[in-house]
Amino acid sequence: MEVTAMHFRRNAAEKLNDDRLQQALKKLQSRFVDSRATALAELPNFPEIREAAAAIRQRAIENLDAYLLRFEREATARGAVVHWAEDIEDANRLVVEIARRHGVRKAVKSKSMVTEECGLNDYLASVGVEVLETDLGEYILQLAHEPPSHIVAPVVHKSKEEIADLFEARHRRPRNTGIAAMCREAREVLRPGFLAADMGISGANFIVAETGSVLIVTNEGNGRLTTTLPRVHVAITGIEKVVPTLEDASTLLRLLPRSATGQSITNYVSILTGVRGKDEADGPEHFHIILLDNGRSRLLGTELQPMLRCIRCGACMNHCPVYQNIGGHAYGWVYPGPMGSVLTPAFVGLENAIDLPNASTFCGACADVCPVKIPLPDLLRHLRRRQVERHLRPRSERAALRLWSWAARHPAVYALLTRAAARLLHRLGGKKKYLRHIPGASGWTRGRDMPAPSGRTFRELYQSRNSK
Amino acid sequence: MSARDRILARIGKAHNSGIAADVDGEIRRRQRGPLPPLAGDLVKRFGERAANLASDVAQAHTITEVPDLVARYLRERQLPMQGVCWPALAPYGWPAAGIGLEARAARGDDMLGVTGAFAGIAETGTLMLLSGPETPATVSLLPETHVAVIESTRIVATMEQAWDRLRAERGALPRAVNFVSGPSRTADIEQTVTLGAHGPYRVLIVIVG
Repeated sequence: MEVTAMHFRRNAAEKLNDDRLQQALKKLQSRFVDSRATALAELPNFPEIREAAAAIRQRAIENLDAYLLRFEREATARGAVVHWAEDIEDANRLVVEIARRHGVRKAVKSKSMVTEECGLNDYLASVGVEVLETDLGEYILQLAHEPPSHIVAPVVHKSKEEIADLFEARHRRPRNTGIAAMCREAREVLRPGFLAADMGISGANFIVAETGSVLIVTNEGNGRLTTTLPRVHVAITGIEKVVPTLEDASTLLRLLPRSATGQSITNYVSILTGVRGKDEADGPEHFHIILLDNGRSRLLGTELQPMLRCIRCGACMNHCPVYQNIGGHAYGWVYPGPMGSVLTPAFVGLENAIDLPNASTFCGACADVCPVKIPLPDLLRHLRRRQVERHLRPRSERAALRLWSWAARHPAVYALLTRAAARLLHRLGGKKKYLRHIPGASGWTRGRDMPAPSGRTFRELYQSRNSK
Repeated sequence: MSARDRILARIGKAHNSGIAADVDGEIRRRQRGPLPPLAGDLVKRFGERAANLASDVAQAHTITEVPDLVARYLRERQLPMQGVCWPALAPYGWPAAGIGLEARAARGDDMLGVTGAFAGIAETGTLMLLSGPETPATVSLLPETHVAVIESTRIVATMEQAWDRLRAERGALPRAVNFVSGPSRTADIEQTVTLGAHGPYRVLIVIVG
């Protein structure tokens, strides 16, 4: 997917002024924040489960090669073909090869953020393979030619009227604005697609080393249909998604749906192992699993390694005051919010996304809600430090900080400058004793009034008090 | 060097340890994580949680009572009385109750699917269905109405217990294990939960025994 993270400031400003988006974002509170809290309150031993979940993910990351090799062995023994892709070009090429080998013309897809990284849909379209998104949110985005704005709820930024407009334009049916009617319409429009598809493409929420299985969670049933009906199934996943055993998957499944949508369990949890058996009536004849690196292995052994524990629940962005106000598109790539502010610089280069780690107040809500205890503010702080070390900050900022640093090392100069500033601000405050507007700091004062200083610096006041 | 070699080399270098962890031993141990405490009647809890997730739940004493119970359910809602079923459920007198079932996989236009279940998970009110030649996965997925018949003795507390049962009774995993927790649903439009997306619109769970 194209990176626009370098335009974060401009995009964020636009989103703040986007009334429709602001309305839509209000729903994050009840649907995600409150329901997560309610769902987790049902687990009296939630803290222990969280510790265990973090430990499972940590263990997998620390022994990533061993678990991936075990997964490969088990999956292959059950008739799946396991492919390794270094980057998105590799992955896209592999999917096309698989499609060509099996004479695939139509593919259906269930939601996968990894395929967004790859820009897979556009690539397949360019080589003549028709791809139909089947997750309702992703289908809507396909109609609108837009990327997802949230990793779990991809069209959280759209109102039902906008969706009704899209359906009316593309389905050539009378317009429905009732939500249930629109869902029924989508079901009717998409079902023939499932039945006619040669290939199903999915991601994986986890892959299980013990059994060589791909684990997918969905609510709509499209994940099951995509992986059951077509004769070829391609599952693409990041290499970090491996978990050791089915028991480990069960522990993580206690936290993933609760953290993501406040559900105790998603409607469907599918564990897929190998190909259709000799006498079976459904299931793929060919099962291809693509393990994608695309920068993940480079995080191992670095300060960013904890980020690989991520199970893509979306809790961090749901609770982030920045995300809550600007939505996902402003972050300019596949992953938004706090996790995106770490992954985007890590995967596409810090120089292409320097504003993302800075779009944080370090309130720590993300770290509090992360089910696998990723210390997100620490990772963001590390990325800020890296920016300075690599001289990536804007010249003006670096110059201003150099100037301040010089003044701070020369107390007489510092005292002079602060005295002048205090006098000036006191003057500007005037009779009202409040500064509504400070030239040069209008971004700050546009939403705040500053009480005018008394006109004397702290040191002056201290000295005069002491001399009494 | 292949992509596989390069990726594994990068991972190996980052780990910096020459000693391979005992991954096979770790996996064999199958350590369970902390389980939430689940007290009381598992069958009751299963029924309550399933109902909470918008399944319809009914109880029957024996399997012979089931066709009439299902027929009543379908008539009350004016739903079609024809569909498909898993072969194991076929011999229980459906025609006498007015329901016509074919023992085969489902097609896109079948309206009713009747299955059994390998297990029920009381913790979340979830059905565990295994794919297989006698248990086609489409029967619980394509039709608008899914009826699942489950013996009360097959209801366990947690998913972990279900895995143990599966390993004990079957050995290896089937091609697909599907955990089903109610009718299909989506909340993609304005975060409003709507029942009936691509899978069934309704699920009737009949607990037998």
